[in-house]
Order: sequence, then C-alpha cells, then structure tokens
Amino acid sequence: MRDNNVIETKNVNFYYGDFKALTDVTMNFERNRVTALIGPSGCGKSTLLRLLNRMNDLIAGTRVEGEVIFDGTNIYDPQIDPVDVRRKIGMVFQKPNPFPKSIFNNIIYGPRLSGTKSKAELEALVEKSLRQASLWNEVKDILGQSAMMLSGGQQQRLCIARALAMKPEILLMDEPTSALDPISTAKIEELIEELKKDYTIIIVTHNMQQAARISDKTGFFYIGKLIEYSPTEKLFTTPSVKQTEDYITGRFG
Amino acid sequence: MKWRYLKQQLFLVAVRISALIIAVAIGGFLVYIFVNGIGAISWEFLTQPPRDSMTKGGIMPAILGTFYLTAGAIIIALPLGVASAIYLSEYAKGGVVIRVIRIGVNCLAGVPSIVFGLFGLGLFVVFLHFGSCILSGALTLGILILPTIIGASEEALKGVPQTFREASLGLGVSKWQTILRTVLPNALPGILTGSILGVGRAAGETAPIMFTAAAFFTAKLPTSIFDEVMALPYHVYVLATAGTHIEETRPIQYGTVLVLVALVLGVDLIAIIMRSYIRKNKGW
Repeated sequence: MRDNNVIETKNVNFYYGDFKALTDVTMNFERNRVTALIGPSGCGKSTLLRLLNRMNDLIAGTRVEGEVIFDGTNIYDPQIDPVDVRRKIGMVFQKPNPFPKSIFNNIIYGPRLSGTKSKAELEALVEKSLRQASLWNEVKDILGQSAMMLSGGQQQRLCIARALAMKPEILLMDEPTSALDPISTAKIEELIEELKKDYTIIIVTHNMQQAARISDKTGFFYIGKLIEYSPTEKLFTTPSVKQTEDYITGRFG
Repeated sequence: MKWRYLKQQLFLVAVRISALIIAVAIGGFLVYIFVNGIGAISWEFLTQPPRDSMTKGGIMPAILGTFYLTAGAIIIALPLGVASAIYLSEYAKGGVVIRVIRIGVNCLAGVPSIVFGLFGLGLFVVFLHFGSCILSGALTLGILILPTIIGASEEALKGVPQTFREASLGLGVSKWQTILRTVLPNALPGILTGSILGVGRAAGETAPIMFTAAAFFTAKLPTSIFDEVMALPYHVYVLATAGTHIEETRPIQYGTVLVLVALVLGVDLIAIIMRSYIRKNKGW
C-alpha cells in the first residue's frame, strides 16, 4: 500500500502566530482516491488542505513544523519553490473565483504563464480541460465571453477546469460546493467521481453526506488533531473513536 | 413625538442648506469666471503668443507649457508612484520602516506647494544645474503629485479581491506574475482615476513652477526639456500682480483662468466618466 501514497504529512504542527491550529498530524493520501476531511468549524481541516500546496504561506505569521512529503521530497524544504509545488498540486476554492476575463483566457492563464505558448496547444488544452470538467458542451460557443456571466455552478466547474489545465497530480478542494445550489452540487460530485480516475483528490467538506457519497477515505478532525482516519464506509458506520461517532450522529459540531 | 419630528425636520433643513451653500458657492464661482472670461476667448487667444507687453494677443505658449509640465509630471510620478504602491500593498509586511514610509507619504501630501517650489529650486535648478526649465518643473510637480498617485494606487490595489490573488498563486503562478497579470490590471481603473486627479492638481499649481520652470514671457516655443516655458497659472499670477498694465489686462486674466479651469474640469470629467464606465463593466 505504501507505494500508493502520493503525498503524506509527518508529525505536522501548524501555528497562526501563537495559536496552534494543527497538532501532530500524520496522514497519507492515496493515488486516484478521493479523501475527505471533515470536522466542525475551526478544527483545522482547511488549514491542513492549504498546507499541502503551501497556500498557507500567504498568511503572515504562520509557521509549520514537521514534513509534508510529495514526490519523495519535503515541500517545506527551504530549497523548494512553492510555485513549483502549486503547479503540481492544484486548488479549487470555496467560492468560485474566476478571473474577470473570458472563459478561454481563464483556462490558459496558468499554462501560458508557465511556458505554454503555442496557440494550437493552448486551444487543445482549453477543450480538454473543459471536457474534463464537464463544462465544454455548455460553453463551447461562448469561450470569448466573460467568465463572470456564468452561473455559480458553472463558474466552479470553470475553476476546476482552470486547475486541471495545469495538469496537476493532486487536486485540493476546499468546500467546493458550499456556495452552490443542490443541482450544481450534484454535478460537481459526479465530476469528482469521474476525475479520480486521473487525479488524486483531497476535499474538505462541511457536508457529511457529501463525504459519505464521494470519498474513499475520510479523516475526522477535532481541535487541530486527526481523531480518526479510515475508509469512508467504516468511519460512517462503525467509527472506532467515540468523538467521531458523536460528530457523525450530530451530537455536536 | 411632535418634538422629535420637529427635530428631524430641523436637521434635514440644516443639511439641505449646507449642501445648497456649497453648490451655490461653486456654481457662483464658475459662472463668475465664465462671464468675465468668455469675452477674451477667441481663436487668436488660444493660438497666438502674447504681444504688446502681454496686453494683446493670446496665451498659446502658456497652454502648451502647462501641457508639457503636466505630462512630464505624470510621466515621472506614475511609474514611481505605482511601484511604491505595489511595494506598500503587496510586499511590505509592516514594521517600523513601513510605518515611516507611510508617514512620509502622508506628510508629503500635506506640505505647502511653495515648499516644493523651493525644494525644486534647490535640488533641480541649482544643485543639479538643470536651470529653470521644463525638466525641473516637471520633476517638482511630479513629487508634488506623488502622494496622490501612491494613495490612489494603494487603495486600488487593496480593492482587488484577495480571491484573485489566491486563484493565480494557486495555479502555480509566481507572485510577481500574479501582480503583473492579475492584480495590476484589475487595479488599473482606480490607478488611472487617481492619476488623472493628480494631473488636474499639477496643471493648476503655481508655486512649484514659479522658480523651477515658468517664464514671465517667452514667445519662443520650447524645443527641449531644458527650455523655460510659460504656464497658465503663472501667467495669471504675473498679469495680476507684476505687469505694468494690471487693470488693462483683466479680461486676459479672466480668459486665462477660464481656460485653466476648463482644462482641469475637463480632465476631472474624463476621470469620472472612465470610472463609471469601468465600474459598470467590472463584474465583481
């Protein structure tokens, strides 16, 4: 099984200033699987997610201890450029955040700035990414229009396509459906199911049903600690820790 | 109950009167300038140099001089101001140095313009031997409007949603590219508006160019940035205080003021139109 790990954290502690947001998190994420991170607000699940592609670097006064191993190297090694890490580990955010540019330009934004110049190549990439994100049929005739005209659900799929255009190995999703209506949510969930054939997906969600529906493994966090981490079915049917059971049965959180 | 209603009405009347006073003052001022100045405006006035000891002829060299000085000021201040704003808004992490820079910028905004004039005289005209010329004047005006441009640019940069930065950085785009490709383009409307207000300010200032660029009279049009020029505000100042025909040239003074006011208002109007146009198309 170990060979199947794409990325893993080893004894990770994380601080916002003096506040310790994560305590001793050791966790491995398997290739071509969907891993869900659940837990009450402020439990550290989003912090962990953002730590996996160094997005937490953007917040002043944060500090990481421990290691995050990706491709055999610690991504927090001072030699590592976070820009390289983020090219391989893409991210989709809670609120759809397309650029105020055309749909086409949203997709090619990342690839063009990291060196893909050929027009044909970029056009092919746009179609492929949009197809992968199940958005192609809806937007193929309006690629030149502003991404801001799309609905929230379409915008979020565009953001997924935009991340896929960078050909990442891992896709991090931070509550990607929390701002969407149920139909758009269902589309994104179907999409995640489809995407795991080619990508490793790690998703933070507030919605326990969602975690149960789409993930293979689930980690439950509480006050900065990984309380339980097991196959999703087991975690939701026969949790081995009392706190997990209390949470998934709705006794707190 | 009645008393409370009455108080409310009184307050309403008071603020209405305040607003009215302002409107009347500005309107009255503009009408006064217009009525007194319009008589002097003619094709000759706008296209010819002054003659007969500046009692006849036009103000073309002054219009051109003001244009050169203002354009020079913005060319100098815009890159410098935007770069400073990028540093302050995107890179600076706080601390003593940043606070000192910020206080410095704010102080600069409050310095009387004659002080800029003397500074320009000391540094550019005398110390650097540029002499009284377009370059010295433009540099002085550039420094004068720097705080306006830094302030507006910083505000505009801060107004770009954090989510845009995250989206770009999350795609593995470097911070510098993120600023260049996403933050700056989205801040551009605000930066331009601020700059145009700066242009208006630079065009209208007299004191900073008095010792650094403006000539009492020169019919010769400038051929290089090391030439002295006439300028609209200084022309008015000279005609109204130092000429030998102060009363005789009143119409020319009003005409010059009218041209200057029209120029500044025109520039501000462009800023307003641009801002509302871009706001409508922004989409966020």
